[in-house]
Amino acid sequence: MNFVKFKWLYFLISGIFLVSGIISLIFWGLKPAVDFTGGTLLELKFEKNDQFPHQEGGQAISNFQLKEVVEGLEVKVNSVQESGENTFLFRMEPVEKEKIEEIKSKLKEEFGEVEEARLETVGPILGKELLTKTLTAVVLAAGFILFYVARSFGDKKFGICAILAMFHDTLILLGIFSLLGHFKGMEVDTLFVTAVLTILSLSVHDTVVVFGRLRESLKKYPGVAINNLANKAIAETLARSINNSMTIIFMLLSLWLLGGETTRWFVFALLIGTISGTYSSTFTAVPLFVAWKNWEERRKA
Amino acid sequence: MERYRKKLLLLIFVLTALAIFVDLPPEWPIKIDLERNILGKEIKWHFEKAIFRPPLDLKIGPLKIKNDLETKLGLDLQGGTHLVLQAEMENIAEEDRKTALEATRNIVSRRVDLFGVSEPVIQTAKVGEDYRVIVELPGIKEVSTAIDLIGKTAQLDFREAMTATPTSILDFQKTGLTGADLRRSEVRFDPNTSKPQVGLEFKDSGREKFAEITRRNVGKTVAIFLDDFPVTIPRVNEAITDGSAVISGEFTLEQAKNLSIQLNAGALPAPIKIVEQKNIGATLGSESIKKSLHAGLIGLLLVVLFMWAYYGKLGLIADLALFIYGLLTLALYKLIPVVLTLPGIAGFILSVGMAVDANILIFERIKEELRIGKKWSVARELGFGRAWDSIKDANICTLIICFLLFNPFDWSFLNTSGMARGFALTLGLGVMMSLFTGIVVSRTLIRTFLTSKEKK
Repeated sequence: MNFVKFKWLYFLISGIFLVSGIISLIFWGLKPAVDFTGGTLLELKFEKNDQFPHQEGGQAISNFQLKEVVEGLEVKVNSVQESGENTFLFRMEPVEKEKIEEIKSKLKEEFGEVEEARLETVGPILGKELLTKTLTAVVLAAGFILFYVARSFGDKKFGICAILAMFHDTLILLGIFSLLGHFKGMEVDTLFVTAVLTILSLSVHDTVVVFGRLRESLKKYPGVAINNLANKAIAETLARSINNSMTIIFMLLSLWLLGGETTRWFVFALLIGTISGTYSSTFTAVPLFVAWKNWEERRKA
Repeated sequence: MERYRKKLLLLIFVLTALAIFVDLPPEWPIKIDLERNILGKEIKWHFEKAIFRPPLDLKIGPLKIKNDLETKLGLDLQGGTHLVLQAEMENIAEEDRKTALEATRNIVSRRVDLFGVSEPVIQTAKVGEDYRVIVELPGIKEVSTAIDLIGKTAQLDFREAMTATPTSILDFQKTGLTGADLRRSEVRFDPNTSKPQVGLEFKDSGREKFAEITRRNVGKTVAIFLDDFPVTIPRVNEAITDGSAVISGEFTLEQAKNLSIQLNAGALPAPIKIVEQKNIGATLGSESIKKSLHAGLIGLLLVVLFMWAYYGKLGLIADLALFIYGLLTLALYKLIPVVLTLPGIAGFILSVGMAVDANILIFERIKEELRIGKKWSVARELGFGRAWDSIKDANICTLIICFLLFNPFDWSFLNTSGMARGFALTLGLGVMMSLFTGIVVSRTLIRTFLTSKEKK
């Protein structure tokens, strides 16, 4: 089967995702969680009472009401969000612990017993640090992988294409979360950084396997057109790529559908990344390599 | 080759048995209740027993191995308090800042011990110009109490004995000379015996006080207290007027260093500021774990079924290899021990994926070789050999990423703590283990169980 023939189609598909993601990233960016912006995150669980008739007629207390009460204490509240049954998540500017007590007793007075489920106060520097350092690690990793793959495969094009596919997957993941952030209010936290790292590893792993076949064919059949060899390599690895991804996707799907609430979006990010990573090995990295090789030969001729 | 295989098989068997032993929870209750009516006869059978797994406690010559073999859960899974403290070093000379940070860590660590937290994590981090101590207190929910306890400034003071032979700390009274009067302390060596000593150097304010105290206590003891506990009780040999003193005693170098650090710590004028605090609810964690564990098991079952459906007998062998992989990896996590966090679990799941991948690669290769008409035994060996190149390159790339994220040499331009590290550790260990199980275990199992096709 002639996979490579449709390489412009693959580039177009990737392009649509990449461009919409990048546009969203430029205009809306990612919605950073408190981990990155600094601030206080307070989650309170209210005891059931007559002000919470959840069964019918909706709830008596609105997010807006809660926000108003807390702001009455001269605390800047960014948002109040219902995070579970009778449970609300307050995002505020950094708040001292004395103030937290004040907030709790005020809310108790107004709405009945409250229980503190979570309290986080983060300085804004730490998140930035984590980001810059992780970014340094990623750039270094890209460099080392480029070097290793180029050396091991005897051609720098392999290394560069593998890294391009890796950034392709990262950008798609970031783009989708930027869109989700804009339309669904999805926030990215430190766990999301882990998801991105996971996808980086998976993407490179998958690409190197596909390239392994191409390298073998290049050695075995010198002089044969690169398009044919690439088709052969894709045909030989497609079953393996899909099967392998299926096993990971099975794991992730069950974790997404049945797993705990705290990890749901983390797993979702991994799911997107796995699909993109599998796709990009076969349909981005290889066609890129072929296009580059063809262009090189044409220039020589 | 045959003899080799048998040895490997034995090795795999022994390793798996050991791993099962390690993986078992410390207590495993078994309860069976049977009440049946068979052919009019009432049969009642009740069985209740708990299996106990002893902790690891080995002594091989001078080598002592002790491990309670408990799964260590990170804060995000078991709940607790996470604090990042920053020491403000403006008033401390550049070259002393590292020691000061170390000293701060020791003080915090001692206070946490007083708090009675099991397995706290206390580490230092220098980020740019900021000096930090990261504290993780599993299971502690009262953040305010923790902050009060840890955040207060240490008190160093000198006390003189009220009796000639003091028997308890109550026999000492304060002299008014405190850590605020101490400029610095350092490790020195006795010029005659070259034994390690701890040297003290007082500020001007302290010099006079110290001279006065030593003058009236010649031949008696003056104790140095840290947070109301005596650190050392040296004897005064003569009045000291030059503002410097030496505490000599039977110190090892390590002890002298520690004492000096503590003294510097008590004298540390650097206040601690809290830059981050997180209180992670335990219920959030435990519910999540239970659900995710179920989900993980279901996912694993799907993988097992898929492999069986697609690759038949080979798939079943891969499943067995995968099972052994899981047991060995978890045992490794327990032995090291690795603190499991959510990112850590992500790393483990990814490594499972890569372990499966190694098997799939090998099988696809074997199938290919069979398709072009090779004999089973030839295809089997060729498949393994060919797949190895790809597996090796792919896994080395993953290990490169793990290495940079784990940052084993604590390079300051990379993360020295936190979630990326947990992720890299479990992934890296998992990948190394998967190389072992993918190549050694799967191969030996296939050689053992799938020889019958040869006869066709």
